[in-house]
Amino acid sequence: MKFVDEYRDADAARRWAERLARLTTRPWTLMEVCGGQTHAILKFGIDELLPKEINLIHGPGCPVCVTPIELIDRAIAIAARPEVIFCSFGDMLRVPGSRCDLLSVKASGGDVRMVYSPLDALRLARDNPDRQVVFFAVGFETTAPATALAVHQAAQQGVANFSLLVSHVLVPPAMETILASPENRVQGFLAAGHVCAVMGYREYEPIARRYRIPIVVTGFEPLDILQGIYLCVRQLEEGRAEVENQYTRVVGLDGNRYAQAIFREVFHVAPRHWRGMGEIPQSGLALNERYAAFDAERRFPRDEERGQELPECIAGLILQGVRKPYDCPIFGTVCTPDHPCGAPMVSSEGACAAYYRYRRLSCEGARAPSPG
Amino acid sequence: MCLAVPGQILSIAGDDPLMRVGRIRFGGIIKEVSLACVPEAEVGDYVLVHVGFAISKLDEEEAQRVLAYLRNTDELAELEGETL
Repeated sequence: MKFVDEYRDADAARRWAERLARLTTRPWTLMEVCGGQTHAILKFGIDELLPKEINLIHGPGCPVCVTPIELIDRAIAIAARPEVIFCSFGDMLRVPGSRCDLLSVKASGGDVRMVYSPLDALRLARDNPDRQVVFFAVGFETTAPATALAVHQAAQQGVANFSLLVSHVLVPPAMETILASPENRVQGFLAAGHVCAVMGYREYEPIARRYRIPIVVTGFEPLDILQGIYLCVRQLEEGRAEVENQYTRVVGLDGNRYAQAIFREVFHVAPRHWRGMGEIPQSGLALNERYAAFDAERRFPRDEERGQELPECIAGLILQGVRKPYDCPIFGTVCTPDHPCGAPMVSSEGACAAYYRYRRLSCEGARAPSPG
Repeated sequence: MCLAVPGQILSIAGDDPLMRVGRIRFGGIIKEVSLACVPEAEVGDYVLVHVGFAISKLDEEEAQRVLAYLRNTDELAELEGETL
């Protein structure tokens, strides 16, 4: 496929790795923010090509993983209602809530459907006027414009049986939370290319300055990632802390202003709870008052139950980049993609799922010794 | 989740800018995609598609320039230190 295959050239990748080895003089810890990048790194073995001084840690860039358990429990309660067709992206349906996941609601007779796009959910609402169609809207800035467009079209076309359970989150506030933590080890970021395709990268400049950290907007193919790492390490070696753009074929400084306009028409920035990270101010999106009629949280009565996490799961520390999946006592034993205990084992972007899929055997040896 | 796939626009329908839809070819697959946020995109252009929605038009000239740089090892030594 054009714009994909040519960025997977194995010989060129090896040469970039050699070049990176010549550049690197001391240890550096970088974080790739987006879960799509984490999967590409493990799938193509990029981590194994890197000089041993470079440690990649995996960021919170998996919206499914950071959706709070309380909201998943709320989704499960709404999905079980007989008048509801509940839909979301595939991964979201398998994320465990306190007691079950959305697919088990489907197994016990609930109408739960997987959709490819929020616009498909809107079509379902138009086609089923006697049912309530609820879309579980998860995603970063990349996804929010598509959700916003679906709500805007629903309002224009008077599709009253459509609503959203909103769990949209924003990436830069999470990066700042990681940098501000006393446990932070991140010295350079690979910023998420597709988030920047929508938002541009001006908002990273104050972060790079405040925390003296290089931030390189990076794509998703192996050569993109290797070049992103190279640019980041070059800044670190030269003592610079700037925002650079590796993904120039897709990302411009100001992003996509049309996508930003539709997103601001429908949503405003609000505080949001991140699973494993707690509440982060100004890190989420909520529907603007004129679209409040499409808010599923207002449309359906609330159940007062509190969410309960499985105590052994260390998803929170993995999402912050403090621990790796193989440090978890239940990784690959109690917790597997067939029986996930935490969201990062479910999602096609979750770090645990990536390690299970591509590094399960080598993880056995890497497992940290148990304390005591 | 933020997975986005490049595809080529085969045809475009719809007059209302927010309802603009394109038939996009991804390798061997053709899908309908909202072009609401890429008003400048025309038939033949490549767009990057995420959840049925084009988020960006690919800059083909820039792509060629960077790819040539990424692949060209003979000149790498000379290019050391040069900013992309």
